[in-house]
Amino acid sequence: MLEIRDLHAAAGDRQILNGINLTVNAGEVHAIMGPNGSGKSTLAGVLAGRDGLEVTAGTVTYKGLDLLDLEPEERAREGVFLAFQYPVEIPGVNNAYLLKAGLNEVRKHRGEPELDAMDFMTLIRARMKLLEMDDTLLSRPVNEGFSGGEKKRNEIFQMAVLEPTLAILDETDSGLDIDALKTVAGGVNALRDPARSLVVVTHYQRLLNYIVPDFVHVLSGGRIVKSGGKELALELEEKGYGWTETEPAAASA
Amino acid sequence: MTQIATGAKSYAAQFAAFAQSTPLPSALASLRDDAFNCFDRLGFPTTRLEEWRFSNVTPIADTPFVASVTAPSYGQAALDALHLPELDGPRLVFVNGLFIPTLSSTEGLPPGVRTRSLSEVLVNDPETVQPHLGRLARIENHAFTALNTAFLRDGGVIEVAEGVVVDAPIHLQFVTTGSDGPVLSQPRALVLAADNSQVRVVESHAGESETPYLNNALTEVVVGDGAVVDHYAVVREADTAFRIGGLFASLGRASNFSSHAITLSGAIVRHEAGVVMNGEGGVCTLNGLYLGHGRQLVDNQTTIDHAQPHCDSHELYKGILDGRSRAVFNGKIIVRLDAQKTDAKQSNKALLLSEQAQVTTKPQLEIFADDVKCTHGATVGQLDEESLFYLRSRALSEAQARQLLIHAFAADLLSHIKVDAVRHQLDTLLTERLPVGAGETDHH
Repeated sequence: MLEIRDLHAAAGDRQILNGINLTVNAGEVHAIMGPNGSGKSTLAGVLAGRDGLEVTAGTVTYKGLDLLDLEPEERAREGVFLAFQYPVEIPGVNNAYLLKAGLNEVRKHRGEPELDAMDFMTLIRARMKLLEMDDTLLSRPVNEGFSGGEKKRNEIFQMAVLEPTLAILDETDSGLDIDALKTVAGGVNALRDPARSLVVVTHYQRLLNYIVPDFVHVLSGGRIVKSGGKELALELEEKGYGWTETEPAAASA
Repeated sequence: MTQIATGAKSYAAQFAAFAQSTPLPSALASLRDDAFNCFDRLGFPTTRLEEWRFSNVTPIADTPFVASVTAPSYGQAALDALHLPELDGPRLVFVNGLFIPTLSSTEGLPPGVRTRSLSEVLVNDPETVQPHLGRLARIENHAFTALNTAFLRDGGVIEVAEGVVVDAPIHLQFVTTGSDGPVLSQPRALVLAADNSQVRVVESHAGESETPYLNNALTEVVVGDGAVVDHYAVVREADTAFRIGGLFASLGRASNFSSHAITLSGAIVRHEAGVVMNGEGGVCTLNGLYLGHGRQLVDNQTTIDHAQPHCDSHELYKGILDGRSRAVFNGKIIVRLDAQKTDAKQSNKALLLSEQAQVTTKPQLEIFADDVKCTHGATVGQLDEESLFYLRSRALSEAQARQLLIHAFAADLLSHIKVDAVRHQLDTLLTERLPVGAGETDHH
């Protein structure tokens, strides 16, 4: 599904990623953990095609495609989805309109017929239930005036509608209270599928109680310094990130 | 003698011939003479004048425009080709400033409403318009107002009797069409809304011409006590054309006047709105949406004169500028000594789609009362990169994402447009016509 080899990336003249190696197979859930500034969000941004990040070395292959060669929208149409750490408020753009336009672009790309308003609403209603979303959020401008929890829920809701094959969740847990966290995690778990891979970027172990990963990787200084199973997250919780830095760098899964 | 003055002088012979061939009742004839004298004395404005500092009209002064003596033949097919918004209601059509009865229709108007051409009223019923013409649109200090008034001849006259509510919008269509030489089109509109009446007026200004033309239009609106007038000026002139527009309104006690200035095309488009709050408790809304392309110049000038207490005024102008287009917004608010409890808000926001586009904003507040609220603000920005990335990460193309954000920028202004056909057309224009690449550098 996803094959990251020796990935180096910089933002301006600041080198942030220093040789990431990671393989994600279909159906797997990988957690990327690490302290602030370790490069977690940069990695997520590079995968989604964010402007201003320059890949200085390495390759990323996704479903056999050179991912780095694709525009952000081409990646999205190929099934890559980034749940933003800070979802953007876009006044004047209707939430439902954006979703319908996006979904139809994805469908066109897959050679499927575009959904009409009726079919779209049927799909939307089902997905909203999954995320326990309020109906009124649909008709409101994208993220405008949403609470922190509503924004994160909206991200996962969009993911549920766009049905990606590779979803990258960038600190989707940050700022959520425990109830909202459970709802969001429940939505994510409902979308787990043998054909869908998840990369869950998080600072805290808490989210991983609800979205149980197959693999946990620790990012530090722009490299994966440790990889393991879900128990690694618990160890990190106990010992803190300082502990990993004294360990020898480990190759990723 | 400057080049500019020569421009104004060149109209003397045309005026003499026009005045001789177009008789008017004496009071209006002397208004016309005074107007030409004013124009002759003022000459075309130069950038040395404060109000024209950022708007160079030398191309207008240097072009010998000629008014059509008779209306050119113009058919429904030509009119349809302009794609004016289709409103269900009465319409008066003017070509090169002259009324065309065969294209017009005043069916379906309720009793108490009259829509007539000014040329007809000047012959049959001049007393109706005599007290109003030139009263709000002052000739003394404004060359273009003087020029229009000097060639006073035709336009639309709308009268709504006391308490009458007109549901369907009244559509005034001012069309300019090219001929052998540069055409001078100078229509007027006069809206008389008596006390407690309600009316909606849409002016469409459009044209098709290879040669430049000048559409120098004036609208005067008298809003009676408790009356509600909703006015639109949609300007979609030919890319070669010049358009100078004046809108002057007087608001009665507890009346409500709103005007929407929508500029879509034209080489130089200047729109001036001057509103006097003449009664307590009046509410005035001036909104503007302007799109700039190529080397277009769009100039919006507003003056709101709070002459009476307890009046509110709201101004929201938004511009979307591409290519090397330039926009000017000059908003003056006067609050007279007695106009306590005035609440005046003014805002101009511009979205620049290219690096060469420019906007100049100048608020002017002259406040003589002490218990008032006046706010003004201006913003200039580009499309937000993070928003673009967000939309693209949701599978929208860059072009779609840009269009969506451009449309979103104008969304609040569009939502204030109450005439569905006008709003829908703008919706379509904003999603289809606007350039979608990385900012155009020149016009097609």
